[in-house]
Amino acid sequence: MRFEINVKSERFIPDKDMQACGLFGVMNIEGKRFGGEMAIKAIINMKARGNGLGGGFAAYGIYPDYKDYYAIHIMFQNRNLDAKKKVDEFLSKNFDVVFDEEIPNNPEADVVDPPLVWRYFVSPKKEGEDVKLSDDDYVVSKVMHINTSIDDAYVFSSGKDMGVFKGVGFPEDVADFFLLNELYKGYIWVAHSRFPTNTPGWWGGAHPFSILDWTVVHNGEISSYGTNKRFLEMYGYYCTLFTDTEVMAYAVDLLMRRQGLPIEVVSKIFAAPMWDLIEHMDEKKKKLYSTLRMVYSPLLINGPFTVIVAHQGEMFGITDRIRLRPITAGAKGDFVFLSSEESAIRAVSPKLDLVWTPRGGEPVVVRLKRKDHLMSIKESI
Amino acid sequence: MHEKIFEKIEMEKNQTGNIEFFLGEKEMKSFMLPEFIIERSDERCIRCRVCERQCPEGTHRYDGELDMMFHAEEKCVGCQRCAVFCPTNALIVRPHPSQYRPNANWTREKLQDLKKQAETGGVILTGSGNDKPYRIYWDHLVLNASQVTNPSIDPLREPMELRTFLGRKPDSLEIKIGEDFEGVEIQSELFPNVMIETPIVFSAMSYGAISYNAFKSLAMAAKEYGTLFNTGEGGLPISLRDGYGSSAIVQVASGRFGVDPDYLNVAAAVEIKIGQGAKPGIGGHLPGEKVTEKISETRMIPEGTDALSPAPQHDIYSIEDLSMLIYALKEATNYEKPVSVKIAAVHNVAAIASGIVRAGADIVAIDGLRGGTGAAPKIIRDNVGIPIELALAAVDKRLREEGIRNKASILIAGGIRNSADVIKAIALGADAVYIGTPALVAMGCTICQKCYTGRCSWGICTQDPYLTRRLNPEIASKRLVNLLRGWSHEIKEMLGGMGINAIESLRGNRDHLRGVGLEEWELNVLGVKGAGE
Repeated sequence: MRFEINVKSERFIPDKDMQACGLFGVMNIEGKRFGGEMAIKAIINMKARGNGLGGGFAAYGIYPDYKDYYAIHIMFQNRNLDAKKKVDEFLSKNFDVVFDEEIPNNPEADVVDPPLVWRYFVSPKKEGEDVKLSDDDYVVSKVMHINTSIDDAYVFSSGKDMGVFKGVGFPEDVADFFLLNELYKGYIWVAHSRFPTNTPGWWGGAHPFSILDWTVVHNGEISSYGTNKRFLEMYGYYCTLFTDTEVMAYAVDLLMRRQGLPIEVVSKIFAAPMWDLIEHMDEKKKKLYSTLRMVYSPLLINGPFTVIVAHQGEMFGITDRIRLRPITAGAKGDFVFLSSEESAIRAVSPKLDLVWTPRGGEPVVVRLKRKDHLMSIKESI
Repeated sequence: MHEKIFEKIEMEKNQTGNIEFFLGEKEMKSFMLPEFIIERSDERCIRCRVCERQCPEGTHRYDGELDMMFHAEEKCVGCQRCAVFCPTNALIVRPHPSQYRPNANWTREKLQDLKKQAETGGVILTGSGNDKPYRIYWDHLVLNASQVTNPSIDPLREPMELRTFLGRKPDSLEIKIGEDFEGVEIQSELFPNVMIETPIVFSAMSYGAISYNAFKSLAMAAKEYGTLFNTGEGGLPISLRDGYGSSAIVQVASGRFGVDPDYLNVAAAVEIKIGQGAKPGIGGHLPGEKVTEKISETRMIPEGTDALSPAPQHDIYSIEDLSMLIYALKEATNYEKPVSVKIAAVHNVAAIASGIVRAGADIVAIDGLRGGTGAAPKIIRDNVGIPIELALAAVDKRLREEGIRNKASILIAGGIRNSADVIKAIALGADAVYIGTPALVAMGCTICQKCYTGRCSWGICTQDPYLTRRLNPEIASKRLVNLLRGWSHEIKEMLGGMGINAIESLRGNRDHLRGVGLEEWELNVLGVKGAGE
């Protein structure tokens, strides 16, 4: 299902995916680990937002025994053992593989055509030119290589102490397949239920999308896809999956990891304030926001979207600047929730301390040991 | 009455020496057929003589004795000034129906050109843009709209942003952030950019090529709407510098007319003109009779002398020479103005544009095959260069492949006819477009292609005070602002339909284009899918 980039002309690139979805994220800001029940129950509550063609989860803090190693989740389409052999060779050439195994699963689960899904715990083994790269950049380049050059192999996730579990089916069935309820405990859980309009079911095409420990779940159709994609190509990100979400994941990686911008700034790039609003800001802010819009205009994400992005120690949700897709936030004790619908939050935590609806373009940022999520309340509707 | 007319005509015939009475030719008679036929309704004509006064070619003539209007069709250029101003709509001016024997190879135009050349021995001149039926790619590209999965946006109810920045953008921004995320400060060095409120800029048309009133109208309209006009290579009159300098892109061309430090520093941006779409590889020639006192002052050349622009810039024989001029201009303007380099769209345009960006240009302006001109050899205008759509697609792709697309804005010119062309250009990858001919048409031009004669009846492309007075800058600039406003509204409607509320999200977004009736190679160059693909 992957497509080779034909450099001769962009017209050979297949259509992007179009979809509507349900999103849910929960984080314990004290870092206490908990099981997958909450995420599963919440996403079941939003069943109407998916159509069984894709569901997935990301969980952080699940591999404490291997937390210093990159945990690489790889699926092999059609259970292609030849592809696995190539990946094994490639990984042992470029990494020290400390442990690997098939991800435990329940073959009885009600999912469609499951591939072989394997996990490797590795540390980089850099040689030659690669020595100059940071560990993260090194891992990104190897993941890109597997995704683009080894047929039938596709990397689900590649971060430390986290993992992505996804597939074709309703999310609860995918959770059942990967035994998420029984085997894992994490302090962030993100879930996604998918309603694609034009794509065949493919395990790699489900959400979350991930690079390193960044995961993105997304609801929407990005009208600026072509602009965003072509800009990211200049920075070496080739969108091979043709979904809007992949664009979001790479944009997050470029701006937050590589360029070191915090989400408070990145959110103003993705969902830039209107010029009319900027005109009324004080001089300092006016300069900041004008400059952001000028420099990063190709990364303005236009069209309806809601996105929940997570990485180690942080989770945030944001919706587009004219708020064409929903997001709701809630808090109860040390738990902070982000969801497409309030009902899903209430389904797992009926009595909330706080519940609020952020304005378009206003991020809800949830950080470990901090109360940053409260900042968005004053910008709520 | 009829007898009297017949007598009169006979008499005139004899006076002008009808050569059919001679056995051999004594002098060369023109064998050209008239280009236009003038049909005058005698019933409607009230003998007001407006047509006679309006026509700088002397086509119409009133005979007082007969109380009748006559016309000399061979003089008519088809500018329609008389037809528009005739108070009783008594005039119809249309292409002359006289035909040679139909021949697909030897068309009427080809024959006429041969005869004209045989009579003059010169290069055939023309004005305006290429009028030959080369494929117009805009007409083979269709736009997208949202249905169901993505809501369209109503520009009458929601903000719709066309604001555009021209100039170099940094690769990334370094930002210093306070603990509370309030005190965010930009640390990176920024490059100068010009902000425009709509991605439409008036093309280079020099004072000299066009009249002071036309030039001023463009300046006034650009300022009022918050966009730019381009001075062309004829300098910026001192009287306009204070008021309109900040809306001007000032050109530095091969003749270096009117270039002084003040000229460069009052401007919004500086443009080095290497070539022009209507005449790639060719210089310019403003005849001495057009170099009036004011033009001589502005161009800094003696009154009445020819203003000759050499074909190349004689200090630029290579890309490193160009770089030196770019940096000389940046030095002269204290690195406060973006510097643009304008080239004609030629075969290797992508590689040349990439060189220009690497040489330090902040804007690359590309003028295509159908770009206009005040005067150019017809043979050049009609045969040299490539269509702007293909050039733009190739340049945008190349700059992206080399990872330098953010280092320069792309401005394109030559053949933009309406707001749909603008939006398609932006989807192909342009930052903004130059419009020349549409602006002239808004002021009255009818694209009669006789700009080079200096007798523009609409007061645009002439220095004859009797004619230039016809153009009132207050009114003409209003027409231009209306044009910009109308196009901008249409662009907003189309953007909203696509579910986009800021023009930057369409830039280079070829996803929103599909080709109709194009060959495979053309789709490949444009980087767009065929409709239904």
